[in-house]
Amino acid sequence: MKAVRSMVLVSSDAESIALGANEVFSAFQQKIQDYGLSDEISISFISDIGHNSAAPLVIIYPEAVIYGPVKPDDVLDIVEEHLDKGHIVERKLVPAHELSEHLAWLSSRKGTLPAENRIVLKNVGLIDPENIEDYIALDGYQALGTVLGKTPAETIGIIKDSGLRGRGGAGFPTGLKWSFVAKTHIDKKYVVCNADESEPGTFKDRLVLEGDPHAIIEAMAIAAYAVGADEGYVYIRGEYGLAIERMKVAIKQAREYGLLGKNIFSSKFSFDLHVHAGAGAYICGEETALIESIEGKRGEPRSRPPYPTTFGLWGKPTLVNNVETLANIPAIIRNGADWYRSIGTPSSPGTKVYTILGNVNVTGLIEVPMGITLREVITIYAKGMKGGTFKMAQTGGSSGSIIPANLQDTPMDFDSFKTASVSLGSGALLICNQEICVVDLAKVLLNFFRFESCGKCNPCRIGCQKSFEILSNIAEGIGTLQDLEDLQMMADQLYELSNCGLGQTAGSPLKDILTYFHAEVESHIRLKVCPADTCPMSGKTIYQVGQEVKITREQGA
Amino acid sequence: MSVEVKNGLDIKKTIRELIKQHGTERAELIPIMQKINAAFGYISSEAIEELAILMNLPTNQIFTVATFYRMLSTEPRGKHVIQFCESAPCHVAGGRQVWLALQEALGIKSGQTSQDNKWTLLTTSCLGACGIGPVLVIDQDIYGNVQPQQVKNILSRYE
Repeated sequence: MKAVRSMVLVSSDAESIALGANEVFSAFQQKIQDYGLSDEISISFISDIGHNSAAPLVIIYPEAVIYGPVKPDDVLDIVEEHLDKGHIVERKLVPAHELSEHLAWLSSRKGTLPAENRIVLKNVGLIDPENIEDYIALDGYQALGTVLGKTPAETIGIIKDSGLRGRGGAGFPTGLKWSFVAKTHIDKKYVVCNADESEPGTFKDRLVLEGDPHAIIEAMAIAAYAVGADEGYVYIRGEYGLAIERMKVAIKQAREYGLLGKNIFSSKFSFDLHVHAGAGAYICGEETALIESIEGKRGEPRSRPPYPTTFGLWGKPTLVNNVETLANIPAIIRNGADWYRSIGTPSSPGTKVYTILGNVNVTGLIEVPMGITLREVITIYAKGMKGGTFKMAQTGGSSGSIIPANLQDTPMDFDSFKTASVSLGSGALLICNQEICVVDLAKVLLNFFRFESCGKCNPCRIGCQKSFEILSNIAEGIGTLQDLEDLQMMADQLYELSNCGLGQTAGSPLKDILTYFHAEVESHIRLKVCPADTCPMSGKTIYQVGQEVKITREQGA
Repeated sequence: MSVEVKNGLDIKKTIRELIKQHGTERAELIPIMQKINAAFGYISSEAIEELAILMNLPTNQIFTVATFYRMLSTEPRGKHVIQFCESAPCHVAGGRQVWLALQEALGIKSGQTSQDNKWTLLTTSCLGACGIGPVLVIDQDIYGNVQPQQVKNILSRYE
């Protein structure tokens, strides 16, 4: 698909069809052709976009305006006024009260691009990360000074009011987590920054660490003051050599300026930071595994409860926050909770950094308000699909979800995604076209999980391996219908029985391909055909029941 | 038993130096092993025994940590270590063809070291350079947007 100027989407749920969506669609095709705009404007149907009383709806991007109910007679006006001349046809817009919740939100943005809005990445690329004065010149460490004039409880109150939710993937309210640690009456507490960013497809934290390390130091100092900690660790994955070096330089400078160490800003508050470099293990992104790793042990997750907020590093209460979460903190303190709430959606305020990857024209990284849709990301920021049409996306890295095309209009915020049983995860958006086979993709993901499973608990260690074997057999064309049931069972058991998040999410690609792409998987089994023509389908037996398996890494095996 | 020496470094002496810098706290075990791995290319059984004595830890505790982490090796590796990213983003961007070209050019499979000890070929999980997949890393050099036909040219840059 080539990049187009505008995109016209016509709703095609049963109600819309009954009310003439097909006729509206043909009318658009005809008029767009009449105006000679066929090369610049694409038109397509979208399925279920939420119930409403104004069907059929027509959504036009990039302005994200919603017209409805649209009759074939209205099409000429819309094409002439909006698509040709660029004026929004106000009288045909859907009244906001007739739209269901997530469409209403889309409508409230009408006429404006969901523009990039940088909070987390504000300074990245603008300042010299190895010079603390650059950071200070742009209001750096001002928030820390402000906070030291408040009580810790007031500080936590601001964060709670802002509605900030953890950006590591789970979306836990940050202020609440802080208050758990603050509540414990133990002298020694720790603050840990989780910068073990190893979710495949995610590199947002690396850019913050490399481009604006002082923002993390400032945020950690604020967090430490709020919860009553005096020591902190930044756990950076070992592969991020530059980030580790820059963080060390930044800490050294902050100490020289008296922003770390004893009696910061001549107050009673003391805080110091250490950098711990990871040694290569995906599981260390799990907070208890990360703590074990700092302690010099194998990164195996602990049983929870007790949670790190009461029993963490060396048994002391420990606050673990993701890099992106922390990078929001100084801006919230400087500008206030109300300002932060004005960005994003009511349940998920603020921005989210997304990494765009896969079969699109432009890959890279954006920071946009919470609630943007996948279609907007692909159309506006990724400049359209490359080499085919949109088939599915994997959101949130390997532990995220595989979502089909008909969910691409779901606003990307924690609650809307939860309602649709999709994981927002770390913000990685892997966009796939028709040439990607779901079985092959799931196989690659399970190959990843079977290797990265720490091996501590059986459901995960054995479940990931067995699922991978079943998928390999299906890809070779020797799968059976029983395999479908087994995969479903594996997905359920991984979720229910695994000790930590790795195993619990390892089954989600299985669940998703069986839910959304059952026919494609079944075609591998019944017809011995891979519709995307990717799987080998050689008929060779790769794994036999009861065969002893040595786990070695091998691409796609 | 002969003492292991590499690049003029004596392993026991190196470990004693490292212990002097880092101390013997358990939390220092991984940073120390990272430095040993960087200097010698791997952590030998001799190094593990020496660490056990100096840090007052059971040998198995050190071995179990050394084998857990991907960036630590308990086996010698070739002169150049190639890591190929096998995670989904690189796969979707055409990783399999590059991987096949890489194995063919080197004549070795994943986890193997070439007979002349020049290359060790490893696959790895995401390296955080997903915007430019498929990605391969040779020693410290990152190559992005790699096409299968470029593989030979990239390899020829290493002595």
